[in-house]
Amino acid sequence: MAQNSLKRMLFKRRQVLRGVTGLSAALLTSKLAGCATTSGTAPAAEGDEPASSSDPIKLGLVAAITGPSAVSGESITRGLTIALEKINASGGVMGGRPLELVIRDDESTPAKGVAAARELIEQENVALVFGGLDSPVSLAMLPVFHELEVPYMGVWAAATGITRNEFDPNFAFRVSANDNIVDSYLLRYAKQELGATKVGLVLINNPWGESNQAGFEEWAPKYDMDIVGIEKFNDGDTDISPQLGRLQEGGAEVLLMVANAAPSAVAMKSLVRLGWEVPVVSHWGPTGGRFPELAGPAAARVVFMQTYSFFDAEGERPEALMSKLQEKYDVKGPEDVIAPVGTANAYDAMNLVALAIDTAESLDGPTLRDSFYDLPPYEGLIKTYDQPFSADNHDALSEDDYILVQWEDNKLVPFKG
Amino acid sequence: MWSQLILSGIAVGSLYGLVALGFQLTYAVSKTMNFSQGASVMVGAVLCYSLNITLGVPAGLAVPITLVVAFGLGLLIERFVVRPFSDGGSNSWLLTTIALGIILENLAMLIFGKETRGYPSTWAETPVQLLGFGVFPVELLIPVVGLAVAIALRILFTQTLLGKALQAVSESHDTARLMGIPVERMISLTFGMSTALAALAGMLIAPVSNVSATMGTLLGLKAFATAIIGGLANPWGVMLAGILYGLVESTAAGLLGGSYREIIGFAVVILMLAIRPYGLFGQAQVKKV
Repeated sequence: MAQNSLKRMLFKRRQVLRGVTGLSAALLTSKLAGCATTSGTAPAAEGDEPASSSDPIKLGLVAAITGPSAVSGESITRGLTIALEKINASGGVMGGRPLELVIRDDESTPAKGVAAARELIEQENVALVFGGLDSPVSLAMLPVFHELEVPYMGVWAAATGITRNEFDPNFAFRVSANDNIVDSYLLRYAKQELGATKVGLVLINNPWGESNQAGFEEWAPKYDMDIVGIEKFNDGDTDISPQLGRLQEGGAEVLLMVANAAPSAVAMKSLVRLGWEVPVVSHWGPTGGRFPELAGPAAARVVFMQTYSFFDAEGERPEALMSKLQEKYDVKGPEDVIAPVGTANAYDAMNLVALAIDTAESLDGPTLRDSFYDLPPYEGLIKTYDQPFSADNHDALSEDDYILVQWEDNKLVPFKG
Repeated sequence: MWSQLILSGIAVGSLYGLVALGFQLTYAVSKTMNFSQGASVMVGAVLCYSLNITLGVPAGLAVPITLVVAFGLGLLIERFVVRPFSDGGSNSWLLTTIALGIILENLAMLIFGKETRGYPSTWAETPVQLLGFGVFPVELLIPVVGLAVAIALRILFTQTLLGKALQAVSESHDTARLMGIPVERMISLTFGMSTALAALAGMLIAPVSNVSATMGTLLGLKAFATAIIGGLANPWGVMLAGILYGLVESTAAGLLGGSYREIIGFAVVILMLAIRPYGLFGQAQVKKV
């Protein structure tokens, strides 16, 4: 008996395998056909073709799925997926075509990101690529997007040079913070709320740190503030109290910190060593990792900027997103949303991209790029986007959209002042 | 500020010294070294974290288990990665141990994951005040353990029969063998001890610097530099060189800024070797690797 049922199962398995082979062969043919269409000279023909009218439209994501910032990749994936499923449930884009997300892991490494971006565009024929948390990765991928003329949509990485780049036409858009604007925001907070006139900079020694150094140096004189010292440190340093000691000697009243979770934690432990109770105002890097676990009790001392908080969020859209998060990812409440900005930015970005595809009625890169300038108003999670992009502004969010939060018992909550 | 620089330098430097003792130990006895020492530091931290934090084994048990496993790993390294490649004066062990280090690191990424994890420990939460500067208790422990190990090694080599046997092996394998000393087993023993030392360093640093698959790479390199500066001749010299190197680093970072730390640190290594090619405390006959 047992043998018989085993045989039947094997038979079934063989059938299934045969089916899968057939299906993948069919998919391959259709993919090749798709290749032929998109590489043809008349991209506008794509929408008119009846055979492809229900084909999924692929969108790529290159983000840190593993590695020290893996939490960010997960949170971005959640935001994109929930928005995508909602769009598909209400009929997709371009008259009934569903969206499909193809994810690649950059492991926070620029070289891996570049290879992944090229593969997504050339092999998977994605219409657009979303980016992850790491600015160095996004900056490294820019030449690929401009060479292949495919739009990039940043949902986290904040380096100024990503959207304000030297490419013309510029294919990089962003629904996230922009370092230059963040730097102004953090300095203004240090001055107006903390009453500081002398600040010390604690920056990670990479392009992201440099991007913010430029921003702080640009804005400090405008707020009539002094930068008493700029200390850079590396991922992997174990004790930076000597560098922080220099800032203390220099009379810094507030520290402005720009680094991801692990190095920021090292900085906080070094402050504890020094016994220096200086207020720390941070860019949002640490919110993409296990900062409270790594930094210990000192984590509660830091105030971070964010673009969104799931706390006190009322309205139809935030509530719908929250119930999806609860349903799909076992999130109990706002305090359980990991790396909230990733999910929120990604959610709005996916909706804006879908609108752009509908506006363009084409997947041709340059046409899609241009359509970002002509988006209809969209009531999103973070705000209502009214003409979010223009030829001189590729950042959908501005200083008015930023908020401050802090860690409380392993949860990110709005800053209480 | 100076007190903070000095203390920070001594804490980090003792750690370099502790790992460097492992290089010194095997080099003194067999003229070979285990370049996967850095990875062994990581293995110690990751293993202890997995036992103590993930599986909930009490620290009092997790630490000795980790040391024993690391000792065993050292024996295996010697038997399969060093011995077959050092026969007849070949230097291939140099490459094979480097390769092993990379394998261990990537295995850790596969099994432990690529995320940096925090090691919660009361030893690294509240700093104690010492002459007006703050230091975590575990950082005070590092130099204490380092010095204790150096003293213990000194006693082992000069006062015990086992030490005499080890010294005999270091002078001449053939003569030692004629005297009935099991040369292979002695060499094996030093690799076990050196790997256990690296694991000990890993466990000491984990609460301060967190645990990750790549945590040992730079540390291993700096420990090697320390061992060379120290002259590979005696444990005291190596330990002292480690502390000096840590002080140079923290002074560079404190006076010039963090970007200069590695530049000044490694420049001093080159300068030191130019002035004293056989290291600070070494004798002229030591062969350089």
